[in-house]
Amino acid sequence: MSAEPTAAAPAPARRPGGDAGPRLTRWALRYTALAYLALLLILPLGAILAHTFQDGVGAVIDAITAPDAQAALRLTLLTVVIAVPLNTVFGIACAHLMVRGRMPGKSLINGLIDVPFAVSPIVVGLALILVYGTGGWFGADLAAIGIQVIFSTPGIVMAVIFVSMPFAAREVIPVLQEIGDDQEKAAATLGASGWYTFWRITLPAIRWGVSYGVVLTTARALGEFGAVTVVSGRISGETETLPLYVQKQFETFNSVGAYSASLVLALIALATLLALNLMRRKESR
Amino acid sequence: MNTNRNDHPTDRLDLPGDGDATAGAAAPSSGIEVIGVSCEFGDFRALIDVDLNVPNGSMTALLGPSGSGKSTLLRTIAGLETPSGGRVLIGGRDQTGLPVRTRNVGFVFQHYAAFKHMTVFENIAFGPKVRKWPKARIRERVHELLELVQLSGLAGRYPSQLSGGQRQRMALARALAVEPSVLLLDEPFGALDAKVRKDLRAWLRRLHEEVHVTTIFVTHDQEEAMDIAEQIVVMNQGRIEQTGSATDLYDAPVNEFVMGFVGEVNRLGGRLVRPHDVEIHPVAAAGTTEAEVDRVVRLGFSGRVELTTVAGGEEIWAQLTRSELETLNLAKGQRVHVRPRADAVTKEDTGALADALSEGTPASPTPIPQPPGLPV
Repeated sequence: MSAEPTAAAPAPARRPGGDAGPRLTRWALRYTALAYLALLLILPLGAILAHTFQDGVGAVIDAITAPDAQAALRLTLLTVVIAVPLNTVFGIACAHLMVRGRMPGKSLINGLIDVPFAVSPIVVGLALILVYGTGGWFGADLAAIGIQVIFSTPGIVMAVIFVSMPFAAREVIPVLQEIGDDQEKAAATLGASGWYTFWRITLPAIRWGVSYGVVLTTARALGEFGAVTVVSGRISGETETLPLYVQKQFETFNSVGAYSASLVLALIALATLLALNLMRRKESR
Repeated sequence: MNTNRNDHPTDRLDLPGDGDATAGAAAPSSGIEVIGVSCEFGDFRALIDVDLNVPNGSMTALLGPSGSGKSTLLRTIAGLETPSGGRVLIGGRDQTGLPVRTRNVGFVFQHYAAFKHMTVFENIAFGPKVRKWPKARIRERVHELLELVQLSGLAGRYPSQLSGGQRQRMALARALAVEPSVLLLDEPFGALDAKVRKDLRAWLRRLHEEVHVTTIFVTHDQEEAMDIAEQIVVMNQGRIEQTGSATDLYDAPVNEFVMGFVGEVNRLGGRLVRPHDVEIHPVAAAGTTEAEVDRVVRLGFSGRVELTTVAGGEEIWAQLTRSELETLNLAKGQRVHVRPRADAVTKEDTGALADALSEGTPASPTPIPQPPGLPV
């Protein structure tokens, strides 16, 4: 961002001396990348935008304010609000343990963190049903005290937490490794406690790793479909998240409803990215 | 700066050297005692039963090749490493097992360990802030230190906007801010280029005269140690070989390692001898060895003669004054007779020095890698 102008500065000076070969390569690379982005990202997103507004703005507003759409939005935001902070705290703690901790079984934990990446979300959903469903290990006991997990909000939240778990840890681990522990040791010699050091030294140093972790976790939590499909039961207005709602509208040929809800999803994701970029820009100013 | 601060209880030890020099200044400083400390990293024995006594208010250098345990000893005193045995006393108080943060040591890391997201001011204010000093006092203290380390105009800068030398001075100010009982510096100038090193060396000596806090610094550069320190501790393979002043070490090294590490040495007839202690005679005399002149180099006031002994094939060099060179009037290929001077310091060469040095840094200062962005 801010480093770009300085990094790009020496390039023009070198250009007159450069021969046609590298220039051609550079040109080809640049336009291949742009074409790739256009075909796979910009075009489909543009198409959604165009389709959304094919019946005018009024139809979009109607679609978004429909009770089931509103319920789906609320449920999605609820899962995000629960899953993202939990996974961020877990991710930072886990990364700290992995990088700074001295204990046996570190490689085991390292492998376990990645399980949600490796396992298909459908399997995650089924596993949750096996454990918490009516016939599952804890299902009956939980039902006895009036808690329904599967086909209800807790199950959806658990599924989302599970699939979005590794992002924060995976973003923070390399940053923690890179900064080393010199600053933390220095803080200790200056009399700071472990907590004080974490809040004043470590966390500020890893803040961008954490921020990217939050953005990725949010994106995954917003868009999770597979695991949620299995555990939600898909009751409109109750256990339907926004991605599920989009699919149902699409299947019932309510394309404006489907595209409007998609647009909302995309806007939330874009808003988190934008917020992150604004924070970065403000800092590097 | 510390001279007027009587609010700190000074728990000083009655150590040698803790006499007139520091009696007038009621510095909140303390001597350091290390008793039988050992430290292991897996199978590697970094420190083996080390004893050390650092007088209050003194400036001590831990000198040795890399892997000799000097940094580990410093970190053990600070509490950054946990010894497997032995005790560490600061100001007469047993610190063994106490966490780093309660030891009140100022520690300066080799690579500065600057808090990158904080300004110079905030870096220096960190310690006082942890101790919950009132704001006005923190401000006053930080500005006092900024002046001391000559960074007054740079309080608002971030560490990334400072040069290597400035960063190191900031790290020093940060360590001094909390009025530590001891100041520990781990290769403080190791990452700086030669010119800045020399400047900072002189500056550190002046600073110590002003602040008078008990200081230990780690270095592998014998010239740096001899230049700054009152007491030099020569370390090798986890043990202390000798402790003494620069003169003690140079004139009376206890063994061949110390002799080789604090100055240049030749191997002549199975003994180690310093180049300025090699005598050259045109004719054979008592105790001389025949040698052939390979090269004569005149370097201003002094000069060096490179020779190879005829019998043993030992390559040696002699350091002579200009007048000695003129008197001898040597030429390449000439046969001469050499022997150590009568009053020369010599040690038997058992090969231990070569073994120790081949594992670590050579005795002569090694070229320091240039950090990017610093003028060469």
